[in-house]
Order: sequence, then structure tokens, then C-alpha cells
Amino acid sequence: MSQDSSSEVFDVAVIGGGVIGCAVARKFALEGARVVMLEKALDILDGASKGNSAILHTGFDAPPGSLELACIKAGYAEYLDIRERLNLPLVRAGALVLAWTEEQEAALPGLMEQARTNGITDIQPLTAAEALKLEPELAGTLRAAFRVPREHLIDPWSAPHAYLLQAIENGAVLRRDCEVLGGIYDGVAWRLETSRGGVQARLVVNAAGLYGDIVDERLTGRRDFHIKPRKGQFVVFDKTAARLTTHILLPVPSKTTKGIVVCRTAYGNLLVGPTAEEQEDRSVAELVPGALAALRRRGEEILPALAGEEVTAIYAGLRPATEYKDYRIRAHEGKAYITVGGIRSTGLSSALGVARYVQALAVKLGLPAQPLAEPVWPRLPALTDEGQRDWRAAGNAGIVCHCELVTRREVEAAMEGPLAPQTLAGLKRRTRVTMGRCQGFYCSAELAAMTRDRLAVAMTETADG
Amino acid sequence: MADSTPQSCDVAIVGGGPAGLAAAVALRKAGVASVVVLEREAQAGGIPRHCGHYPFGMREFNRVLRGPDYAARLVARALKSGVDIRTSVTVTALNPGGRLGLSTPEGAAELAAKRVLLCTGVREKSRAARLIGGEKPGGVLSTGALQGLVYLNHQKPFSRPVVLGTELVSFSALLTCRHMGIRPVAMVEPASRVTARWPTRLLPKLLRIPLLLDTGISAIHGGSKVTGVDLVTPDGGTRHIDCDGVIVTGAFLPEASLLRASHLAVDPASGGPDIDQFGRCSDPAYFAAGNLLRAVETAGWSWAEGRRAGNTIAHDLKSSLPEPREGLRLVMASDALKYAVPQRVAYPAGSPRSTTKIQLRVTRPVEGRLGLRIDGTELWSKPLSAMPERRLTVPVSMLPDGRKGTAEFFVREQAK
Ligand SMILES: Cc1cc2nc3c(=O)[nH]c(=O)nc-3n(C[C@H](O)[C@H](O)[C@H](O)COP(=O)(O)OP(=O)(O)OC[C@H]3O[C@@H](n4cnc5c(N)ncnc54)[C@H](O)[C@@H]3O)c2cc1C
Ligand SMILES: Cc1cc2nc3c(=O)[nH]c(=O)nc-3n(C[C@H](O)[C@H](O)[C@H](O)COP(=O)(O)OP(=O)(O)OC[C@H]3O[C@@H](n4cnc5c(N)ncnc54)[C@H](O)[C@@H]3O)c2cc1C
Repeated sequence: MSQDSSSEVFDVAVIGGGVIGCAVARKFALEGARVVMLEKALDILDGASKGNSAILHTGFDAPPGSLELACIKAGYAEYLDIRERLNLPLVRAGALVLAWTEEQEAALPGLMEQARTNGITDIQPLTAAEALKLEPELAGTLRAAFRVPREHLIDPWSAPHAYLLQAIENGAVLRRDCEVLGGIYDGVAWRLETSRGGVQARLVVNAAGLYGDIVDERLTGRRDFHIKPRKGQFVVFDKTAARLTTHILLPVPSKTTKGIVVCRTAYGNLLVGPTAEEQEDRSVAELVPGALAALRRRGEEILPALAGEEVTAIYAGLRPATEYKDYRIRAHEGKAYITVGGIRSTGLSSALGVARYVQALAVKLGLPAQPLAEPVWPRLPALTDEGQRDWRAAGNAGIVCHCELVTRREVEAAMEGPLAPQTLAGLKRRTRVTMGRCQGFYCSAELAAMTRDRLAVAMTETADG
Repeated sequence: MADSTPQSCDVAIVGGGPAGLAAAVALRKAGVASVVVLEREAQAGGIPRHCGHYPFGMREFNRVLRGPDYAARLVARALKSGVDIRTSVTVTALNPGGRLGLSTPEGAAELAAKRVLLCTGVREKSRAARLIGGEKPGGVLSTGALQGLVYLNHQKPFSRPVVLGTELVSFSALLTCRHMGIRPVAMVEPASRVTARWPTRLLPKLLRIPLLLDTGISAIHGGSKVTGVDLVTPDGGTRHIDCDGVIVTGAFLPEASLLRASHLAVDPASGGPDIDQFGRCSDPAYFAAGNLLRAVETAGWSWAEGRRAGNTIAHDLKSSLPEPREGLRLVMASDALKYAVPQRVAYPAGSPRSTTKIQLRVTRPVEGRLGLRIDGTELWSKPLSAMPERRLTVPVSMLPDGRKGTAEFFVREQAK
């Protein structure tokens, strides 16, 4: 990462280290391009990708014929295809779409029809009794449901980490703390101006998520869309709550939102959320006690036994929504520039599909593709698979984070390598430390000692994630 | 500690805090051969290890000690008594009959014990569990985390924090701050009264820290570091104050995650195990003592409980403990009452090795009468004046002998 940044001309500069940018960087690297990723924050995954529900969507409820649907389907298929080689988790949960009112019940046939139109033909209509048999903890007021067997759960962080790590191990360069401020295209290459000096690249991909329109404005002088951040708050319950449901419990969506979901996490917790709240601010997702309490209540309405469970974490994310329903992905003629904007609420599922689509656009723009003959396949540490966790293995050096059973060796390993974290939040996303029920009561001191002088911001003065 | 963890023992004690270490010593004194303490931290001693302040040790050592000195003495005494203390060993599963799943630096392991004593203590309720809003800046700490940073690492995480809560531990937080030259800008308490007893409550005045009653925190603000909090004021309004940290103190919960994931019965009211008057869990191979039973007591109290549990288990190993049997189940018939420990009483009050006291807690300040009812008949009532988080006990002798079913504790509150 120490090359003179102004002399090398990269093939592709990817702006933004969200899940989309990570997948795009990977795709170009595997297609033989020399890639640089520019991320303005101290670590990747600091924007919309910081907090989501972690569902790997089939696209059953996506708008038929949309680019979003195509990308979700391609992304879903590729995730299943590559996950074992990258050691990424998959919780085969399946989803139930639940109708609690007469009106919702009446909407089920239409939703099932939409699913079939979208090519998701293995859905199963269920009576309330059948659904309750599958999920006995569901409230008895259920009226009807249908099952989507292939809606699954993944880990929102290890997936993008793996994408970017694979890009890096196949030659990509990551620059963090590096905001793109402007740039000009001279007909051959872009000369980007960043907070850390100039960067040159033949093609620029704007994957700036919540700042996509601003980056467009900076580089092309105009905006084709406007980001309208939509906040989603979540409440996470302790691991004992995860036994209350196997399936992802989805409501019948309203016109504006997919509604409040109850599902397990890849780490064996249970989450309830998200809310859908429009706001102006692109960076601050404020948690609101009233909304969190309402989520808790909603969770208890769906799964009454949740009343006895402990909350271990609360968080909020911002969806990069726009005034349009579909994704805003577009190649700018004559500019060697591709905008990947408005990846609103399905980006974790669609990222690999978006990356394919973007790479195909780049070929049309004239960027040659020369797929690597033998790409490197890094393997991510097993944070979710109970059977493979490091605390079971010899030489783990002991457990540091007792709630999530994170070992010293896992923390040490995460602190090394090309994607080493710069902040506590980054370390948490890579290892799960302090993410459990005690939220640092037991391990803060030890972690602070372990990470002393090794993070860009000392642990005691860094954001919590 | 060179050799690897044993595969079997007479008694395994989960947690090497005051309760676990006291029990271990008692077991050894009673002649039990192999007593193993399993402690997940690199050092035994429990929470007092990082409480670099007084007062600890009056009951145990007849003198007032700082937490770390107290912890060191407990450990030394246990080692001298021939207790096998295994540190950096985490118990990961409690299986029927006393079989434990472990994680050690050498990997997963198993330990089969004739009896297991659970002494895993408590933790403070986190900011997340309290659903406090705002952003998630760094510098929001529990007292436990603060003490670790200050006393173990000599780090100063902030200089002008707000302290939330007025329990005993909240005052520990003030002392910890003072030790590091940290000056809290306010101590806030959602209730109308200070929770801890006099004389502790004089501390804010002495340290000239504003004490704000009827005041909660609705939001914590900041980017990478706390910049301020929104307070909910007594009139229901909100007021922002600047600060660079928040210490979220108290509201302890038993560290019962291991228990909740196991076959053992948990009392949802106390958050700890469901035990009988001998400290025995629903699987009679398991016993429990110390703060795990209920949040929260002093180290001395937990130590005494541990010592009693050690003696009880020694008798159980010699088959001289009464068999578990059906008796009275104690339930709370008033929302002013939080829990009763033990939850089950089946033998007369004077039975050898029975606890002599039932520990109760209230959920809010209560003035009135506390009574007991069985099958709808009131057996007795007595005056009650109680505050949340404060010790409240009823002698086991106040329960009738030879009855089965449920015994309801109730409260008749005085009209305000
Ligand atoms: C509440 C919620 C629930 C969701 N649930 C799901 C789900 O269950 N399944 C699913 O598939 N998807 C889900 N999503 C959607 C998914 O999280 C998003 O679609 C995805 O994270 C968008 O990623 P991105 O890379 O486009 O944007 P971002 O993650 O915002 O990445 C953009 C990056 O660009 C950087 N950047 C911005 N400006 C600049 C600049 N000028 N220079 C350099 N870098 C810059 C930012 O710092 C950021 O890191 C959910 C989203 C939310 C908010
Ligand atoms: C900040 C603070 C200040 C305090 N100040 C005072 C004071 O001034 N005076 C006083 O008398 N009391 C004080 N107390 C209370 C006192 O610390 C407790 O009463 C006492 O520590 C309880 O003892 P214990 O053995 O029940 O639990 P703990 O001391 O909590 O010990 C439990 C032990 O179990 C271990 N453990 C937990 N789970 C596992 C597992 N799965 N595997 C292996 N090991 C495990 C833990 O690591 C810990 O060492 C304070 C408490 C706090 C938090």
C-alpha cells in the first residue's frame, strides 16, 4: 500500500467499501483488473452495510422484472456457489410470511403469485395450524402463512470481508481514510482527488452507498437520483431466545416497508426489526428508546415467550433509498464511469450479482477482461459454525470475550493481515468481541490492553460500532 | 498449573470468586479429596480483583481490605487448603449428572464431577439492555469495565462522565473515578431516592458531584467519543448536558447464560437457578451459591453462602443430606415483590444445613405489610419498609412445616 499513488494508473477505482464495493472490487480483481478501493472511513463497512437483517433473499417479494430481482437472484446463486471455498456461513432457515389480520390474509395469494412470477416456485401455502406446527412458539392469533424454503441467513460482515480480502489477495489495493473529493476524466483515465492525494484509474465505479448522489455530483457534476436515507432500528436478544423460532418470520409487507422481521442471526441470537424511518442525515442512525421498546413489544406479540428473554444489543442502520424503487446502476457514456446507487434494502443478497452486472457494463465501456487462471481463495475464520470455533481447538491461548467465546488467538489473527481493523468497531465485526450480553463488562480491560497502540483510534476513545 | 485439566473430580466449582473460593476451602476442610475450581479469567478472585477500593474482608479476614488484596488472600487460602484452581478454563456446558463441557487453551475438554457448585456471579445491565437511545460512541462503560481499565490497566477512558444509578456499585464507580482523577459531571437516578444506604449517599456531596434524582438518560450522543447525553428531567422534559463518557452502573443480573442454556431450572424472577433450601438445583448433582443466586449482595455475604454450600456438598457426598422432595414453592403474589431465594422449601427450618433465611427483594420502594398466604389463607403479616436492591430476609422458620403446594408472599401497601 506504499506505492506512490499518483504514478500508477489502476484499471478500476472502486469508491466505497460497503458490501457492494467489496463485491465489485472482487469481481474486477478476479477478471484480471488492477483494482484500488477508496474508502473514506477508517474501516470498510462503515455505512449502510454496518447494520442490516442479514437475510439472504431469494427475491420472492422483489418487483417482478426489476434489475434488483435479477441481481438478487444472481447474487444468491453465487453466494451459495462460493461460500464453502471462502468458509462463509449459511443458516438454512427458510421464511414464513405471516398473516395476522383478515386484510393480510387476503394479500397472501397475491404475494405467492408474485413469488412464482419471480421464479421462486417452491413456496408452500400453510394454514395457521400447519404454521404453528412448524413454529410452536408463534402467537395463536395467526390466521395463515406461506413458507419460502430458500430464504436463508448469512453473516453480514464476513461476506463483505471475504469479498474484499479475495480482491486484495488477488492484487487489489485498499486505501482507507481516503475520501474521494473530486476528479476529472481526460478521455483515457480518471485523475481522482482524494483526502490522501491523487489516484489514477481507467474506470471509476461509484459504490458510495449513502453518498452515491454526492459522489456523482463531485465527479460528473450532476445527480440522477437523490439519496433519501431510511433508518432501521433493531433489538437483538440473547442466544437462549434463538430457540424460539427456526424460520425467518416475515410480516405481510405494506406499501412502504417490508415490516418488522423476527429471525435468528448467524451467531445464534434472535433479532427483531427493522423500523423504516425516513430522515435527512446520512451518517447518524439514532436509536430511539420508544421505537426500541415498541420493537420489543412487537416481538413479544409474534413470539410471546420472548417476554422472558434478555436484550443483548441494539443497533440501527441506514438504507440508501432514493426516489426510485429500483437500483440506480448506470454506465456513463464517454466517461468510463459507472454509478451503483440506491442499493436500498437487499444489497447483502444482491452484491455478487450487482458485481457481475457492473463488470459486464465495464466490458461494454471497453475495459478488457482477462480472468485469473488460478485466483487465490482466502478462508475466513469460522465465527458462526459452533463445531469449528477456535475455543474448541488446541493452542487458542484462552478466551478473551466470554459471552461470544472469542479466543486470544482469534483476536491476534484479526489484528494481522491486509484487512486488519483500525477501530474497535472493526475488530468487533471481525471477531464478535464485546458483541455479547455483557457488552464489555468482563473483557474491556483485557481487550484494551491487547489492542493498545495497534488501532488507529485507541479502544477507549473509539466508536462502539 | 502445568498439567492438563483433570477428567474427573469430587467437586467442580464453576467460578473462582468469593463464593466459589470459600466453598472450595470449606470442602477441603471437610475432607473432600479433589476439589477443582474452574475460572475463566487468567486469575481467580472474581469481581473484587478489579475493585481497587475498600471495603472488603471484614467477615472473612476481620479487617478492611481493598478488593485486589482481598481476592489475593482468598486465592492464597484456597491454594493452601489444597484446592486445585484452574484458570483460563471456561465452562461451556452443564450436562446432566455433573458432566461439564470446558474450553481450555488446549482446546475443548470434559470434566465429570460428583457434584458441581455454580458460582458464576453477576454482571451489570448494559446500555443496550436498558434500551437507552442515541448513537453508539466509545466511552460508555459499566462499572466493571471502568474498574478493569482503571485498576488493571491504569487507563483513563474519559475525564467528565455522567454516572447513571445510585446503587452501592455506583458509588464504587465514583471512588474509581476519584482514583484516576476523573471528575463526573453528574450522578443521575431515575427513582426519587438514592438506592444505596447512608452513609454512601453522602459521597456525591463530599466529592461535589451534582446528584439528580427523578432523572433518566434517554439518549447518548457522540461520534467516536461521547459528547453529551439527553436527560429526562423530573418534569418530563429533556435537557442536554455535555460530558465525555457515561458510566452505566448496577441493575445487576445473574451471569446465568450457562445455566439458561442447560437442563437446569431457572427462576425467571431472580434470573438465577431454582434452588431448594440446601442450595440444590433441579438436577441434584448441581448446587449454586453467591451472586448467581440473586443480584446483588456484598462479597462477604456471597463468601458466607459459598462456605455454607461447601459444607452442604461435603455432607451430600457422605449421603447425609436430605433427599430432594416436594414441599412449598415460594411465589410472589404482588408486583412489589421481585423474587425469593431459595424458591423451594421442603424440610423444617431447623434441619441441619438448611439455609436459615429466605432472601427477598422488592421492585420499588414499599411501605406496608409483608405477609404469607397458603391456599388463600393468610398465615401471618409483619411490617415492611423496603427499598429496591436492598437486603430483605425472612427466617425460614416463618414457613409452616409439612405443607406442599405454593406459598405466596404478598404485600399490603400503606395508602400514600
Ligand atoms: C435496516 C436494514 C436492513 C437490511 N436488511 C437486509 C437484508 O436482510 N438482506 C439484504 O440483502 N440487505 C439488507 N439491507 C440492505 C443492505 O445492507 C444494503 O443494501 C447495503 O449495505 C448497501 O451497501 P452499499 O455498499 O451500497 O453502501 P454502503 O454500505 O453505504 O457503502 C458505501 C461506502 O462508501 C463510502 N463512501 C461514501 N462516500 C465516499 C467518498 N466520497 N469517498 C470514499 N468513500 C466513500 C462509505 O463510507 C461507505 O463505506 C438492509 C439495510 C438496512 C439499513
Ligand atoms: C464494581 C463493583 C464494586 C463492588 N464493590 C464491593 C465492595 O466494596 N464491597 C463488597 O463487599 N462487595 C462489592 N461488590 C460485590 C462483590 O464483588 C460481589 O458480591 C462478589 O464478587 C460476589 O462473589 P461471587 O463469587 O458470587 O461472584 P464473582 O465475584 O462475580 O465471581 C464469579 C466468577 O465466576 C467466573 N465465571 C463466570 N462464568 C464462568 C464460566 N462459565 N466458567 C468459568 N468461570 C466463570 C467469573 O470469571 C468470576 O471470576 C462490588 C461489585 C462490583 C461489580
